[in-house]
Amino acid sequence: MATITPGSTAGMAATQAVKEKTTSQTNASDYWKANVRLLLILLAVWFTVSFGFGILLVEPLNAIQIGGFKLGFWFAQQGAIYVFVALIFVYSALIKRVERSFGVED
Amino acid sequence: MDKLLIPGAVAIAAIVMIVVNLVLGIDMGSTKGLTYLFVGMSFGLYIGIAVWSRAGSTKEFYVAGGGVHPVVNGMATAADWMSAASFISMAGIIAFAGYDGSVYLMGWTGGYVLLALCLAPYLRKFGQFTVPDFFGERYYSKAARLVAVLCLIVISFTYVAGQMRGVGVVFSRFLDVEINMGVLIGMVIVFFYAVLGGMKGVTYTQVAQFCVLIFAYMVPAIFISLLITGNPVPQLALGGNDVATGTPILQKLDNVLVDLGFNEYTSGTKAMVDVFAITLALMVGTAGLPHVIVRFFTVPKVSDARISAGWALVFIAILYTTAPAVAAFARLNLIDTVNGKDYEAATEAQSVPGWVKSWENIGLIGWLDKNGDGKVDYAAGAPFAGKPTFAEGRGNLGERIITNAPTANRNEIYVDRDIMVLANPEIANLPGWVIALVAAGGVAAALSTAAGLLLVISTSVSHDLLKKVLAPNISDKQELLFARMAAVVAICIAGYFGINPPGFVAQVVALAFGLAACSLFPAIVLGIFSKTMNKQGAIAGMLAGLAFTMSYIAYFKFMGGTADQWLFGISPEGIGSIGMVINFAVAFAVSKATAPVPEDVQALIENIRIPAGAGGATH
Repeated sequence: MATITPGSTAGMAATQAVKEKTTSQTNASDYWKANVRLLLILLAVWFTVSFGFGILLVEPLNAIQIGGFKLGFWFAQQGAIYVFVALIFVYSALIKRVERSFGVED
Repeated sequence: MDKLLIPGAVAIAAIVMIVVNLVLGIDMGSTKGLTYLFVGMSFGLYIGIAVWSRAGSTKEFYVAGGGVHPVVNGMATAADWMSAASFISMAGIIAFAGYDGSVYLMGWTGGYVLLALCLAPYLRKFGQFTVPDFFGERYYSKAARLVAVLCLIVISFTYVAGQMRGVGVVFSRFLDVEINMGVLIGMVIVFFYAVLGGMKGVTYTQVAQFCVLIFAYMVPAIFISLLITGNPVPQLALGGNDVATGTPILQKLDNVLVDLGFNEYTSGTKAMVDVFAITLALMVGTAGLPHVIVRFFTVPKVSDARISAGWALVFIAILYTTAPAVAAFARLNLIDTVNGKDYEAATEAQSVPGWVKSWENIGLIGWLDKNGDGKVDYAAGAPFAGKPTFAEGRGNLGERIITNAPTANRNEIYVDRDIMVLANPEIANLPGWVIALVAAGGVAAALSTAAGLLLVISTSVSHDLLKKVLAPNISDKQELLFARMAAVVAICIAGYFGINPPGFVAQVVALAFGLAACSLFPAIVLGIFSKTMNKQGAIAGMLAGLAFTMSYIAYFKFMGGTADQWLFGISPEGIGSIGMVINFAVAFAVSKATAPVPEDVQALIENIRIPAGAGGATH
């Protein structure tokens, strides 16, 4: 079984010990539930912009013209990628808040 | 001394290349002279970085000491990820496939969302060296570790063979050296920084390679966007208007292509279910590729792993959102400058441009004057059966003589998809230094990916096979030595494949993604998100997914299966997504019927789910 060794400096080890005391078992499982809920919401967006707008709904969306782009084509070749980037940064920011509220941040 | 090492190496390389140019009698200002200079200087840069960052311990060799800044790691990941295929081939494929090419754009970026949300932070918390480490510990068995090692080696070698070939192609076109010589030079360079520096060397060289490749990709793209639409931002220019006529570019392209008998550029020819399946397989496959996953073991904290995946995707997206613009402009340019032009005319304006002839000379363009009018006609359909084969000597107009049987359609010209990016600066009449830059960028893209792949191969041999299974008593120093030896062997095998490419390289790229999608990805996700998934379930799932996907690909790629026999209309490229579903289903069924997960492993799962308390990578 893996042993996860804490950071080498004494300071890190000290904060480590404090964290372990305050992190109760219920906190950990509540954090996990909140995390999974957030993941499902963000993955729904991920699916919608790529598989939804870029593939399944591409033909109806192509009837809408924005600038020189047909909308469905734009999602498939550019729009989905911008949303992907945003999703990762949104998740990073939101999950930090969740972690802090449950006292499990790194 | 250390401060001067990198600029010193670049300067020495520049002097060496100037001397080479003088000795070979190449004009310094010519495209070829500049290409030698640029590619040589980039090699000096990579070697300088390798010597500066050489690894002293297995921890440095495997995970760069675990202290890489997330933005730096993101940049290195981007270079690692964007291979010769992304740099050279992707825009060319999109140029000819139009909307259908979207599967690569979404597929090769969407996987990073899965990585950042579902894999990277937990694997970083797990805190070991390799992907098979996770399988060995989480599924508490050597069998699981070995299955993971097997998948990893097959996936990585498939990939790396293509990279070495990419290096060879760039060398042969731009430096006029034999493809084999180009592969050998590439091997020596990779040898230097992968074997000396390990992950640490590779990480910092990849940062340099990212800068070279993205600059080389963007400069011609910006020039061409300006030229065609007057807007310098390629992402916007694709939606812009043609400078000459004022019609939107995409609309113009649709009209021109329909006139020539093609489908509209903006609507596809592939079945929707196939587009869906291929995109899914590429996304999931991306998230399951070991050389990508392992990059997130190098950052200091769990939160860094997430943010680093975000930065990686930012850097990747710069190229991936530019590629569709490059693709559309290249296709339009190709039609404008070639279709209906004389092969050989008195004035330059009436004849095909010079790049057509230089690519014809190395056999990637072929022209067969079917109607005998001396003009190049471009239309839908293949001009002749198969790839061009040439007879000795030249035709009346100086063209190379094609021996293939002609087809019945009007099309007379064969254009290899891989040349679109490389020829782009020439098509747009850009100066010689831009062409030299693109050559250096293509080499950087191929080398960075090759090095990353060779590293995961050597690591899995020295760490997962030797240290963890065959010879657990070896010291850190010995393990490091074995890792270097394994890297040398892996480079030699990769070089062999580069020089003697198996005819099936292109076909097996689908296999690499399919394998990752149907084997590694589901098992890792289940290992994190299911506390009840046991070793029997995971191993059975991986083997079932692998068996299904491999036999499907083998049947359709090598045994003559035809498209009308496809399961649900899904091509071999997309079948990994069905393999993944099979993996999940078998894993759940088997785990329900077998012994539950031991308590210490359940504790491990609880531990990796919580960001708090991640130390440096250990073993």
